[in-house]
Amino acid sequence: MTHDLSLRVNGTTRPVTVEPRVSLLDVLRDHLGLTGTKKGCDQGACGACTVLADGERVLSCLALAVQYEHREITTIEGVADPLQQAFVKHDGFQCGYCTPGQICSALGMLAEHRSGMPSAATEDVATTPQLTRAEIQERMSGNLCRCGAYNGIVSAIEETAR
Amino acid sequence: MTQTSIPTRTPQRVLGEPIDRVDGHVKTTGAAQYSGDHLYPDLAHAALVHATVPRARITHIDTTAADSLPGVHAVITHHNAPRLQPPPKPTLLNLPTLAAGTSVNYLNTDEVHWNGQPVAVVVADSLDIAREAAQRIRVTYEELPATVDFEQEEPNAVPQKNSALSDGGGKKGDAVAALKSADVSVDLRFSTPMQHHNAIEPHTTTAVWNGKALTVHDGTQHIDWTRRHLALRFKLPLNDVRVISTFVGGAFGGKTNVWAGTILAVVAAKVTGRPVKLALSREGVYRTTGGRTPSTQRVALGADADGQLTALIHTSVTQMGRVGGYAEQVVSQSRHLYDAENILVQQHQLTLDSIANGVMRAPGESIGSFALEAAMDELAHRLDLDPIELRMRNEPDRNPMDGKLFARRGLREAYARGAERFRWADRTPEPRSMRDGRWLVGTGVATAFHPAWVFPANVTMRLSADGDVLVRCGFHEMGMGAATAFTQVTAHALRVPLDSVRIEYGDSDLPIGPGAGGSAQTASVSRAILDAAAKLKKDLAALARRNNTSPDEAPATILSRAGRTHHEVAVGADRGIGRLAGQVRFMSTLLRERRKYVKAACGAQFCEVRVDSDTGEVRVTRWLGVFDIGTVVNAKTAASQLRGGIVMGIGAALGEETLVDGHTGRIVNANLAEYHVPVHADVPRIDIECLGDPDPTMPLGVLGAGEVGIVGVAGAIANAVHHATGLRVRDLPITLDKLL
Repeated sequence: MTHDLSLRVNGTTRPVTVEPRVSLLDVLRDHLGLTGTKKGCDQGACGACTVLADGERVLSCLALAVQYEHREITTIEGVADPLQQAFVKHDGFQCGYCTPGQICSALGMLAEHRSGMPSAATEDVATTPQLTRAEIQERMSGNLCRCGAYNGIVSAIEETAR
Repeated sequence: MTQTSIPTRTPQRVLGEPIDRVDGHVKTTGAAQYSGDHLYPDLAHAALVHATVPRARITHIDTTAADSLPGVHAVITHHNAPRLQPPPKPTLLNLPTLAAGTSVNYLNTDEVHWNGQPVAVVVADSLDIAREAAQRIRVTYEELPATVDFEQEEPNAVPQKNSALSDGGGKKGDAVAALKSADVSVDLRFSTPMQHHNAIEPHTTTAVWNGKALTVHDGTQHIDWTRRHLALRFKLPLNDVRVISTFVGGAFGGKTNVWAGTILAVVAAKVTGRPVKLALSREGVYRTTGGRTPSTQRVALGADADGQLTALIHTSVTQMGRVGGYAEQVVSQSRHLYDAENILVQQHQLTLDSIANGVMRAPGESIGSFALEAAMDELAHRLDLDPIELRMRNEPDRNPMDGKLFARRGLREAYARGAERFRWADRTPEPRSMRDGRWLVGTGVATAFHPAWVFPANVTMRLSADGDVLVRCGFHEMGMGAATAFTQVTAHALRVPLDSVRIEYGDSDLPIGPGAGGSAQTASVSRAILDAAAKLKKDLAALARRNNTSPDEAPATILSRAGRTHHEVAVGADRGIGRLAGQVRFMSTLLRERRKYVKAACGAQFCEVRVDSDTGEVRVTRWLGVFDIGTVVNAKTAASQLRGGIVMGIGAALGEETLVDGHTGRIVNANLAEYHVPVHADVPRIDIECLGDPDPTMPLGVLGAGEVGIVGVAGAIANAVHHATGLRVRDLPITLDKLL
């Protein structure tokens, strides 16, 4: 049993034929050849597979491709943002494997913050919180970096958000 | 002759500068290709079936429900797998024999040696089909008695014997008697749990057979070992095996050995005739690759009333698998850190029906330092002495165990710098005396120490007449910034601009590099690059003389004046008799130097924690590490590596614990939701300072930064937790239940 889909990825319409059980992550990587998005756990625990759907961050390993037919998907290959250069400047990565997920997650997170969304670190949820390091850390905690480049990632995001 | 006639680009200062990583662009745009990113046409996907019992014989495997699934190409078990050569017996005389993760000849035996051992592999058109087929396989076992419980087996641990590269024990004087007669003493028992590396990239292999030749994309820390191991197991001429490992998505020791996934990917590709990708599931990483051994340790310290140590006893028990493993040097730093009159160190191992334990970041020192440094803190408290002062009173001039010279030792300076920067003197010494609202505040210190190594490395260096330099060496990039560092070392050695240097690495087609382990890669490859540069400069000088050019001219100028397009030099011999001679030379130099010097990186870890007085939640709120890692090649990447070690140490201190079921030997939290690695919110700003003076006995003065960062971290945190709360937690991790 397969479905014919057309996915909008990085501004291009891409036809794919997949079983309904196939994750968005596997479609991106194995069907569309967009291997920039990484698989770290396939269980929604590490954030390495984070992509943007209509600008919102999504764990693509927990997303079924068939449910994303009418969404605008952005993967790291479709990102061109000063944040990437800031990651390099602040050494916000080492091995680089979690980096596409960190970058996509950060872009989605910044949009969430701009829309006034609070986090568990927000003191007063009635206000739009300042994007302090603590706020960034809390909001990025779904993206694991085993190399421990967290300081640099937060600095890169902090600088870009300014 | 002057240099004014020919304009040259002025070389900038390069050594030590915090330049951006040369692979920064590819790593931030998704272009960097890891071992699972090679999409060969017709690529098939493989999935493993893991044993669910710790020790058994397989009596039956029912694969019919898997075979019949559309899209399945092969179901491979011990009944139909191709015969492989067994893994070689590990011997120090032939280092690549250490590559085998375990002694099990996967799918060539009906024996099960640990809970999780692969017993079948399925190859299918897609990962989903392969996984479904794997779940449809039914394995029947005849279970055999198994020993799986570390705690229960502890009384049966046996003392470790000494070998050329690993000391199981040793003593100076009579520490037992000295402990008894000491003015002040502590005698403490510690434990540390099993831990897993959890690189975010699960071990992944893409295997492709081209006729009789094999190409393998494998995230590994040792390309040469992997290549030799595969050639041996699959009975191939070495030249028919190519291992490519351009980018490794984190490793931390976990990709040092060749584990089952690599072998079975190659088997799967052989059976199906298709390129096969075998990416371990996160669970598969826990089941089929070895983690860090659990340990129990005893540290007993005796001192006179002034705090001078009279007795230091440090013993350990760790685990090995019956199918292999590694005796971590848990007590090793107790030979080097404190000037005790009497010292006794002894390691013990017990053997379980488990997977072989592997090497994980600073094996031995990481967990050993927790016990030693926490015990020092307890002794300081007992003596009513500042913990830094206690360490300084016992800081030795020579190696305490045997009087060897320290090649370098910046510990006094590290503590002095650290105490000033951290404002250590601001603390009130009494436990539970510092508070900020509901938070109990405490600070702690601990010493970091990690031995420095150099391994053989082969490079070629090619200078082109247009000024470009190409260095080729099969080293590894797992996040340390290796290519960046060696670009700097080359530019420094040849006095050429950074952007004229290109480095090729991560491929067995290149001259053999050192393994990425023991914090040795930077020093090892730097030595070869310095040698190559010296050779190149000598050749150029000769060329200049022949062509009446000044040897002071830019290298490219000399070449072009001589009418040459390029000149290449090679350092090392990575084939045949030359390689063997090189290995023998390496071992003898190593042992000779080790007899004379203790070479090590060291440092002082300072931290502040806050403990919630109601819930016991621990937050690390400040960190400063001052390190002596010898020469710093790149201030930015070196600091990042040290930070990374500290972050992993925070995990070990507060959250990380692989839980093993005491009846079945099965890891019960084989995932990233229940194994708690540090997240963004757990990690404060980490300040790093490196003293920066070169080690006179090491290539370029480099001591290595990959491992020393994690050492002492758990100890510093445990000490800070005691300072905050008055509670001593001697069993890692320090979870909140232990503070209530």
